[in-house]
Amino acid sequence: MTAPTVSAPSTPMAVPSVSAATAAAGTTTSPAPTRTAGSSGAVGTSRTRLEGRAKVTGAARYAGEVPFAELAYGWLATSTVARGRIRSIGAEPVLAMPGVLAVLHHENAPRLKPGVGMMGPDATLQILQDDRVPHVGWPVALVVAETPEQARAAAEALVVTYDEEPHDVGFSSGHPGLHTPDGGPRARTDTEKGDIEAELAASAVVVDEEYTTPEEYHTAMEPHAAVARWEDGRLEVIDSNQGSHAVAQDLAKLFFLDATSVRVRSEHVGGAFGSKGLMRPHLIVAAMAATMLDRPVRVVLTRRQLFSMVGFRPATAQRIRLGAEPGGRLRALDHDATSFSSTINEYVEQSAQPSRVVYAADALRTRTRVVRLDVPTPSFMRAPGWAPGSFAIESAMDELAEKTGLDPITLRLRNEPEVGPASGLPFSSRNLIPCFEEGARRFGWTDRDPRPGTRRDGRWLLGTGMAAAAHSAGTAPSSASITAEADGTFTVRIAAADIGTGARTALTQIAADALETPLKTVRVKIADSDFGPAFLAGGSMGTASWAWAVTEAAAALREKLALVDQIPGEGTTARADTTELVMAMRGQERYAFGAQFAEVAVDVASGEVRVRRMLGTFAVGRVVNPLTARSQLIGGMIMGLSMALHEEGIRDTASGGLVNGDLAGYHVASNADVPVIEAGWVDDPDTYNPTGIKGLGEIGIVGVAAAIANAVWHATGIRHRSLPIRLDRVLTAGTAIENSIGGGAVTY
Amino acid sequence: MNPTKSSAISLRVNGETHSLTVDNRTTLLDALREHIDLTGTKKGCDQGQCGACTVLLDGRRANSCLQLAVAAEGRAVTTIEGMADGERLHPVQQAFLDFDGYQCGYCTPGQVCSAVAVIEEHAAGWPSAATADIRPETGPPPLDDNEIRERMSGNLCRCGAYVSIVRAVAEAAAQAAAVRESAGDTTPDGGSGSGTVPAGGSGARVTA
Ligand code: FES
Ligand code: FES
Repeated sequence: MTAPTVSAPSTPMAVPSVSAATAAAGTTTSPAPTRTAGSSGAVGTSRTRLEGRAKVTGAARYAGEVPFAELAYGWLATSTVARGRIRSIGAEPVLAMPGVLAVLHHENAPRLKPGVGMMGPDATLQILQDDRVPHVGWPVALVVAETPEQARAAAEALVVTYDEEPHDVGFSSGHPGLHTPDGGPRARTDTEKGDIEAELAASAVVVDEEYTTPEEYHTAMEPHAAVARWEDGRLEVIDSNQGSHAVAQDLAKLFFLDATSVRVRSEHVGGAFGSKGLMRPHLIVAAMAATMLDRPVRVVLTRRQLFSMVGFRPATAQRIRLGAEPGGRLRALDHDATSFSSTINEYVEQSAQPSRVVYAADALRTRTRVVRLDVPTPSFMRAPGWAPGSFAIESAMDELAEKTGLDPITLRLRNEPEVGPASGLPFSSRNLIPCFEEGARRFGWTDRDPRPGTRRDGRWLLGTGMAAAAHSAGTAPSSASITAEADGTFTVRIAAADIGTGARTALTQIAADALETPLKTVRVKIADSDFGPAFLAGGSMGTASWAWAVTEAAAALREKLALVDQIPGEGTTARADTTELVMAMRGQERYAFGAQFAEVAVDVASGEVRVRRMLGTFAVGRVVNPLTARSQLIGGMIMGLSMALHEEGIRDTASGGLVNGDLAGYHVASNADVPVIEAGWVDDPDTYNPTGIKGLGEIGIVGVAAAIANAVWHATGIRHRSLPIRLDRVLTAGTAIENSIGGGAVTY
Repeated sequence: MNPTKSSAISLRVNGETHSLTVDNRTTLLDALREHIDLTGTKKGCDQGQCGACTVLLDGRRANSCLQLAVAAEGRAVTTIEGMADGERLHPVQQAFLDFDGYQCGYCTPGQVCSAVAVIEEHAAGWPSAATADIRPETGPPPLDDNEIRERMSGNLCRCGAYVSIVRAVAEAAAQAAAVRESAGDTTPDGGSGSGTVPAGGSGARVTA
């Protein structure tokens, strides 16, 4: 190949990560966290995690690790057909196997209350209730035995026969079953402003493309686990979930129990990313078996079962039409998003969401369609809608930048809206432009040569790309209590969850400041449904919602303490519930924003794409703990890298099952895939939620896949509109350089 | 065929000997977690794909989910619970804590065990797939970020703590090298002895 060798782009960021982090203009945490306690100003200071010692020594116990006398082990058996009815379950021979205590299935399992669900009736909770099989990997029986080895062998020996029916698992944007979802208050599926067709027709420049993303799986490292037991008339559960209170409520309803007779705890949770937001089958069957056998039962899902029972991000196909004036101003933005759900629940991936928020356009239309297939039920996965949607719209904006000859940041600046583009409501804050400016400066974007396919380093073609990011930053009602103890310390109780976010530490910092007391005098207890209602660790709403409840409780406690001379032995307690405060919030839209930058190298021989560096600059409100905030943002960006290059659930249309449902077949980014990555933030004051906090668990993943795909275009001159950007796709598409040399330009 | 379905074995874990009767199918991982109540060693996949169950077997790292307990008899098993010296954390543990080399913490025990072994493997001169020059006479490669990334890639972290993990391992490796140096260990196996371990170094070997 005789491609021209051009020098590599200047890389001001390609310095050792340690010093770069310190040198950054006050927007990033310094690498060495302080560990001193102070009476005030705890918020905004880097703190190592309070449970850090327990985690690095292995002392922290996760749900499946708490020992009980007489513990029995449950193992699920799952369906092998994609659609049909169970004809028979061969329980007899299995019951005769060593150690087997019970085989639960649809004919003998306790009846559950129908219609229960955190966000409306959830048919995935109706486990072992009838003979219907809605997908491969649906739980059909639970085998309980004295040891895990016995339970596993028995579950594997269980013969289940089926009356199979024809199934359909094939998704495309042309599927005839696509329909408008039934919506409901949570799911605005369509928006329309202006005359989209007229504006498109009048536009000087038009982009009209389809973008696709595959099935993606949370793959938290801790498999879902639960142990259930009856103790003193209460169903006591230890479970891995994102919200113990909501799970306890649903569990009580499902089993026709009084809400007070169920307690759920989840002290340490080994990652979730949405998959532990709702109650999951392992907990339901553990509670069933504990009830039937009257002994503690633990059920842990296997890695393979996690690929069919705890949700996933459905594949999407999204058509974007952009119409612009020659100067780049958008006349029309049309985002048509399609995805799929199961036959039993209608989960809707709201991929058109970012297009309602990020850019101004004279005419704006968003549409969301879904088709029901014989597949497991998808659910929220980190930045649901926002992550796949941003891949489509941010790729399309890069194509528009190419067509108009504008710098991608300039194009975005020209389409910055004054108010919410779809709603017309004001933003509570919008600091996207500072993210572009600060990010561009740190990344060294300004000197960028816009021409694609012109930089080369040996067999590698080099390119840079960027994308904007937005994610909703909502608040939900929560409650908390704080007790002033007689010894001068404080105990905060809130049913928050720390799934790796650092919530426990952040809430301690918040409570210390609200109580004007040194950090070491505050003890925060979380993840116990007995602490009362609190929103789950999800939707980037956890810390902002809990912090408000904690500050309200602190204010109430200080008022109370002003009236008492001495704290009694049992302490003085104040409670707060933010329901009314949150319900009064209306009339504004609140988001976190960000700018993502990536540099890639594309191997022209193998098709491999390597990310060489990434930078994310974010507007995320008040940052409570810079150390853990940075970790969370970078963690999101790494999941975005993984989404761009590696992750793809491959469904076999013949069997209806997932071909690569384990960690060998479903590749998530490993250490060697990840380069120097930096995350920083800009000032973003926003007291619409008076704590000023916006969540940052999800914004990090948004826009990354587009930034990388745009960088791959810049490197090769070829657009990749389907994720992941696999080696074979890169090889098949080739590069603009090769294609022009070969004479026949390959269109892709 | 041996009709016996279980075996009485003794396992040496963190210097202590445990006598237990295990189902012959019991993995070392389950023996640790279910029989000895050492739950620090994690089960992420139970099939050798994630590294969460990493322990040291006779000082070398191994996936304990792929070992049968009965086959681990007579070998020295070191788990995460055996890393600290009483209240004093192992330097690798301390570096993970200080640099926030984790989020949910579920992969962390495996990462720490791997990192401890990586530092020793490197000091002993073992090359990795990232080592450019593997001729013995060139000595051990510098433990730069790319070496650490490659050598730590058997341990998945879905929270995406890799950037901090690399820094933590580099920091702990630099400390270990300094200790070796002050102990006067200048054998070829004992590290470069010339400060070539760049703490928190860049991926500078891949020059853009
Ligand atoms: S649990 Fe052993 S490698 Fe995953
Ligand atoms: S810290 Fe959560 S998987 Fe690594």
